[in-house]
Amino acid sequence: MPLRLEARPEPSRAMLWLSPVLAAVLAAAGGGLVFAALGYDPLVALRTLFLDPLSTLDGLTELGLKATPLLLCAIGIAVAVQAGLWNIGAEGQLTMGAIAGGGIALAFGGEGHWWILPAMLLAGAAGGAAWAAIPALLKTRFHAHEILTTLMLSYVAVQFLGWLVHGPWIDPEGFNFPQSRMFEADALLPVLVEGTRLHAGVLLALLAVPLAWALLARTVAGYRLRTIGLAPRAARYAGFSAARGTWLGLCLAGALAGLAGLCEAAGPVGQLQPLMSPGYGFAAIIVAFLGRLQPFGILLAALLMALIYLGGEQLQVSMQLPIAATGTIQGMLLFFLLASDVFIDRRLVRVARRHA
Amino acid sequence: MSPTPPRLALTGIVKRYGATLANDEVALSVAPGEIHALLGENGAGKSTLMKIVYGVVAPDAGEIAWDGRPVAIADPNAARRLGIGMVFQHFSLFETLTVAENIALGLGSTRPLEALAAEIRQVAARYGLAVDPGRHVHHLSVGERQRIEILRCLLQQPRLLILDEPTSVLTPQEVEGLFAMLRRLAAEGCSVLYISHKLEEIRALCSAATVLRAGRVAARCDPRAETAESLAEMMIGGRVVRTTRAARQPGPPCLVVDRLTLAPEEPFGTTLRDIALELRAGEILGIAGVAGNGQAELLAALAGERRSAAARIALDGRPVGHLGPAARRARGLAFIPEERLGRGAIADYSLAENALLTRLDARTAPRGLLDPGAVRALATRLIARFGVRAAGIAARGRSLSGGNMQKFIVGREIDAGPRVLLAAHPTWGVDIGAAVAIHQALLDLAAAGAGILVVSEDLDELLGLADRIAVLAGGRLSPPVPVAETGAEAIGLLMGSAPGDAQRMADAAAA
Repeated sequence: MPLRLEARPEPSRAMLWLSPVLAAVLAAAGGGLVFAALGYDPLVALRTLFLDPLSTLDGLTELGLKATPLLLCAIGIAVAVQAGLWNIGAEGQLTMGAIAGGGIALAFGGEGHWWILPAMLLAGAAGGAAWAAIPALLKTRFHAHEILTTLMLSYVAVQFLGWLVHGPWIDPEGFNFPQSRMFEADALLPVLVEGTRLHAGVLLALLAVPLAWALLARTVAGYRLRTIGLAPRAARYAGFSAARGTWLGLCLAGALAGLAGLCEAAGPVGQLQPLMSPGYGFAAIIVAFLGRLQPFGILLAALLMALIYLGGEQLQVSMQLPIAATGTIQGMLLFFLLASDVFIDRRLVRVARRHA
Repeated sequence: MSPTPPRLALTGIVKRYGATLANDEVALSVAPGEIHALLGENGAGKSTLMKIVYGVVAPDAGEIAWDGRPVAIADPNAARRLGIGMVFQHFSLFETLTVAENIALGLGSTRPLEALAAEIRQVAARYGLAVDPGRHVHHLSVGERQRIEILRCLLQQPRLLILDEPTSVLTPQEVEGLFAMLRRLAAEGCSVLYISHKLEEIRALCSAATVLRAGRVAARCDPRAETAESLAEMMIGGRVVRTTRAARQPGPPCLVVDRLTLAPEEPFGTTLRDIALELRAGEILGIAGVAGNGQAELLAALAGERRSAAARIALDGRPVGHLGPAARRARGLAFIPEERLGRGAIADYSLAENALLTRLDARTAPRGLLDPGAVRALATRLIARFGVRAAGIAARGRSLSGGNMQKFIVGREIDAGPRVLLAAHPTWGVDIGAAVAIHQALLDLAAAGAGILVVSEDLDELLGLADRIAVLAGGRLSPPVPVAETGAEAIGLLMGSAPGDAQRMADAAAA
């Protein structure tokens, strides 16, 4: 019996939230097949990937650590997407945030000033926002699409950081390794759980969840952003400025990504290195859509994505699987999510026979 | 019983979409050479039935007989092979191609264009359709574009021509031309299926009618023997409520436009030239004209979506030309736009969120924070006050019928207590009950002292509603005339100067 996709009369709300769960299950199954094809026991590999990290305190704190930048970046991306803005450049904004905040640490660290950490946080957010302001300017002035400009500026930011840590900011006592001095103690985020790396940045990320929800659901600014994203002509009719929406949406996304970068620099890394993130800014795009662009959904999605990063590291250590395994699972997650999302607006029906 | 079988006979046609029965055991019979009206409100199932005849959708049950033989119409190509031609409400023409090129594409013809052009001229002359095959479509008025679509069908020697709401875009004079052509076609033996809700036209043109209501055949009649009122009652299945108007005394001017000239934002848009108008408090001013003559541009300029020099537009004596829509709204202007979903309201928003679109103020959003209780109260009040049929304030915009969505938008704007209301095609595509309610709401608002500007293509609507009527043609606005001193004929003559012609004359004068 042939099957056909048919438009649903109303988008399915059940499918809207079932789709990410389905995608996660299918990605795990797909991952198992890949592991089996590589000659590993798929059950052992999947347990190492998804369960082992959750069985120890160390694993749980590492999960929170990795979820922090994902959560911050993904919330920013989601706010922008709700305003109809495709910010693909969180990675670059994250990098610029690390540079701006890290610069303060390198300039004023070790002097014991109480304001160093707050200044670093502000500078981190400002650095990310400033980097995202460039695409906002290009879009409002020249109609350049932000998908291209944010993505391309990501590479510029990473190259800029590379130049800094190879050149002017290189640690003079670092045996010529391309990295900055370690930050002094007063320029590091306080650790929350003694003996682990979980730092206060996770609290900022958790705070961002209800704040972003309140912005979108309970403020005039959020209502305007959503209207601009859903129906630009209705926004124009109401008198909501699309240009102002572009500036606000992109700068907010940039600020959150910049904060994520600063939290990496002043948290687990403790200095500036050529690469501040293993692709958190890009993985956050998957997280944002997996969490249905809703802040509380994104919290769950960020934990899942952090688990994949963490489990991927475990696979490398305990089973000598290549790091590409992590990327493979991430890719499958997005692939299956997009496939499952088809069924929010459509359903499968049997093709009815034409009338006799 | 007639000796010749009917050209088209439908029996027991059923088409179901999800939970709704679009067509329920519909039977329809069209004799050769007959002009047959298909009547019904929006959502009565007219379009679905015509799509079945034209092979666009397959029926779930039922039979189609063509000249007495049962047939299966698998797709529009099969329909065209049988001799069925269809002129849709929305044209599918390429703006940048010529008339002949468009027709060649539509026919899938491989003949040389010169030969086709000659045949187009010949057929056009035979039916009195003035069309130049060599002209580019973007120069043409809506009426001329419709003639291309009709010609495209005529070149295939149709034996049944279906027209879907063909006169909604025509001037009264163009309507006469169309009717003459259809009568000639029918006299030659071609059947015509005429879909419309304009009852006077149907009485003038058609010799048989099938009335659909909620997917079923509600009545069959000879429209010549009926009145417009009795036809309307067959359509809605009850008595038609009439609007009542209180005597009004126009007050001081509340909206004044002074020599406004504005170039279009979009390619193929219309330049507004030297627009002057004065709307008085308590008055309804109608702007007639065929769409595409600057209506959208004028409304955008008045509502503030397009800015102009401050002094060009004055609201209650104060210049507002430089202000955006929100600032003008704060000064007492309200606007009911032409498109409901996507502009006046948002399909994915709840009614509560849709109420907020133009009603962000100190009550619903104090200090930039939304007050959910106040928003709910606003939406609840709009639904109750204007009789909007919806599942509640959480219902999504997409779930409302066109008429109910429009009642909600009209209600939202009137409830704001505007000094000036702009209404674009306020009852377009709305059922009779909702249209009467909307007209009554506008009359009541004017009686309460607001000035109302109604832009509509429906002359009957304007003649029934407005105190004065002006005509917008080619981006120029005629001086308004009191409705008591004019009629459809006189206004039609003003509308008749095709936009292209006026534009070209103006361009030539400027060069």
